[in-house]
Amino acid sequence: MDINLALVLLLAPFLGFLANIFLGKSLGKNISGAIGTIAVVVSFAMSLFFFLQINQTGQPISIHLFDWIAISNFNIEFGFLLDQLSLLWLLFVTGIGSLIHLYSISYMHDDEKMHKFFAYLNLFVFFMITLVMGSNLLIMFIGWEGVGLCSYLLIGFWYKNQNYNDAAKKAFIMNRIGDLGFLVGIFIIGFMFNTLDFATLKATILAGNNLDAYWIAAAGLALFIGASGKSAQIPLYTWLPDAMAGPTPVSALIHAATMVTAGIFMITRLNFLFDLAPAIQDIIAVIGAITSLVAATIGLVQNDIKKVLAYSTVSQLGLMFLALGLGAYEIAVFHVITHAFFKACLFLGSGSVIHALHHEQDMRKMGGLRKAMPITFITMLISSLAISGIFPLSGFWSKDEILMTAYHQSPVLWVIGSLASILTAFYMFRLMYLTFFKEFRGSEEQKHHLHESPALLTFPLIVLAILAAIGGLISLPGHSWLNHYLEPLFSKAHEAHHLGTTEYMLMAIATVGALLGIGIAYAKYIKQAQVPEEDEKITGFSKVLYNKYYVDEVYEAIIVKPINLLSRFFRDYIETALASIVFGFGKAANELSFQGKKLQNGSIGFYLFAFVIGFCAIVSYLILAQKKF
Amino acid sequence: MDSVLNQIGIENYIFLSVALFCIGVFGVLYRRNAIIVFMSIEIMLNAVNLLFVAFSTYHQDAQGQVFVFFSMAVAAAEVAVGLAILVAIFRNLGSIDVANLKNLKG
Repeated sequence: MDINLALVLLLAPFLGFLANIFLGKSLGKNISGAIGTIAVVVSFAMSLFFFLQINQTGQPISIHLFDWIAISNFNIEFGFLLDQLSLLWLLFVTGIGSLIHLYSISYMHDDEKMHKFFAYLNLFVFFMITLVMGSNLLIMFIGWEGVGLCSYLLIGFWYKNQNYNDAAKKAFIMNRIGDLGFLVGIFIIGFMFNTLDFATLKATILAGNNLDAYWIAAAGLALFIGASGKSAQIPLYTWLPDAMAGPTPVSALIHAATMVTAGIFMITRLNFLFDLAPAIQDIIAVIGAITSLVAATIGLVQNDIKKVLAYSTVSQLGLMFLALGLGAYEIAVFHVITHAFFKACLFLGSGSVIHALHHEQDMRKMGGLRKAMPITFITMLISSLAISGIFPLSGFWSKDEILMTAYHQSPVLWVIGSLASILTAFYMFRLMYLTFFKEFRGSEEQKHHLHESPALLTFPLIVLAILAAIGGLISLPGHSWLNHYLEPLFSKAHEAHHLGTTEYMLMAIATVGALLGIGIAYAKYIKQAQVPEEDEKITGFSKVLYNKYYVDEVYEAIIVKPINLLSRFFRDYIETALASIVFGFGKAANELSFQGKKLQNGSIGFYLFAFVIGFCAIVSYLILAQKKF
Repeated sequence: MDSVLNQIGIENYIFLSVALFCIGVFGVLYRRNAIIVFMSIEIMLNAVNLLFVAFSTYHQDAQGQVFVFFSMAVAAAEVAVGLAILVAIFRNLGSIDVANLKNLKG
């Protein structure tokens, strides 16, 4: 029973993919979209069913399909694990996925390749479910690669634009670098423990056998590199902002809410391993904190509405990694969930704006949309308040938990995290003010066409805004349903923060910081009515920020160029040398046969002569050889 | 059994056979008339046959003689085919000089 339902959960999006890719064109846009959406809704219903079941019983369901790879005592089974963590992920992947599919029906309606879009989205959901449900690292890796592929396909969905193709390739290659780290981590774990199965691994590690600290640290580092590729951490984060080339629903689903949290999922899944490598945890925390600050500073000056949100995503992911590094896995998970709500809402809201303005993404050409698009405005406002950490919206609770944990363990990291949060509040409200307040700055024609988006676009926005508002309820300090729910996963029990004076003070500081950020944005963009300058006029430090610290250029100079030089060297010299050797053999054979051809002159007398000589030679040789012995 | 072999001696048979064979070889190498070449080949063949028979008697083993029968039968067949080819060549070229047969070079 459970097996069948779990297979339905897994395969529904895959069937949706098959139907859309092979029949989609002939079915028409509406049916194609409906199939895609229903496939994910079915998965969501199944996830909900299992979730309610496990919430009651607390018993993980493990499903063994067949033995996949069996080599002497090393056995990898093909199976799935539905435990607290995977179900939580499944719920919001399929839940938000359903909403975004619904949204896409309207958003992509003018696109001629809509069936393909839904096919890719379904395939993505399928791989994401595989990633989350896999009972061992290798199945997780299948999903991991699959979502990377779908991300590539969807970023480059409008493949006629070469820039978009480049962005897609960049995302794919950067991810491949991380994937190599992940793979190395899997190999080390397989080598150390002879198993890749999560349950067995946990039992082995908790039993404390075969533990070599160096190898554990190596595995942890390799896995973290994998996670930092997928979840856009320094130094592999540059692909995520470029990934905004894809259609906006894709940005919302893949590059904000679900796929980029895969790294956090993986580290949480293997928390027992990371607990044993404190040095790696420190690295994770520091990298997370730095990423969150760096990305937030870049976000301050971006003018593309989606770029701001993209850097905001990188920054928030950094905060999650900070929590992971501090060992507060359940808080990271909490922030993943609240972030999925408000960031998906923000992206879909920006999609609604872009839709209304006919694919205008530059905030300098927006403004005053509040009146024309009230629903989009209110939902985005709620989400912006949530991401800024304003009481009592969801972001307040999750971000505050992270900062509190950081404060108790390392005040420096707390300062960095708090700074990033203040900047977040600033750039989010910069976005809001520039987009929705003051006068409209676009063309007259756009102004004429301004309209609120249709219900299919606003419905997901409303649902997500409500979730972004109340999402914090799942883990209130002192009474945390989430912590209790996730307890079986963690080797160490994490105590909830007792609400003392320090905690209230920290909350106050965070709130004041957020209000400060909003206030500065208000002063700058409402009171002084500033509009960001044209690209050429940006100078000084803003220019450095606007150009993203020139990281892309630096990568170009220190990695891409040398590799190109090296490949050119190989092409021009090494390949030529090898080719001349290979061709040399051919030429020699040709020359020899040309000479040999002269022997065949057609004269029978000559043939016979040669024959006799040869025969005599053989006979004399045999006689001589016989004498010898 | 006081046979011819014992009176003459096996060595002489070998010498004769080798001499015949060499004559055949030189005939093949130096003559240009295809029929003479053909005859020379027959001489070589029969030199070998002679040796076969001589050793067969020497060893008191009938196998060699049986073999020679086969060999002669095959030689006869070969002669038939060979002569037929020569006739065909003569009809085409009007000569059976092997030096002229250079078209076979391909």
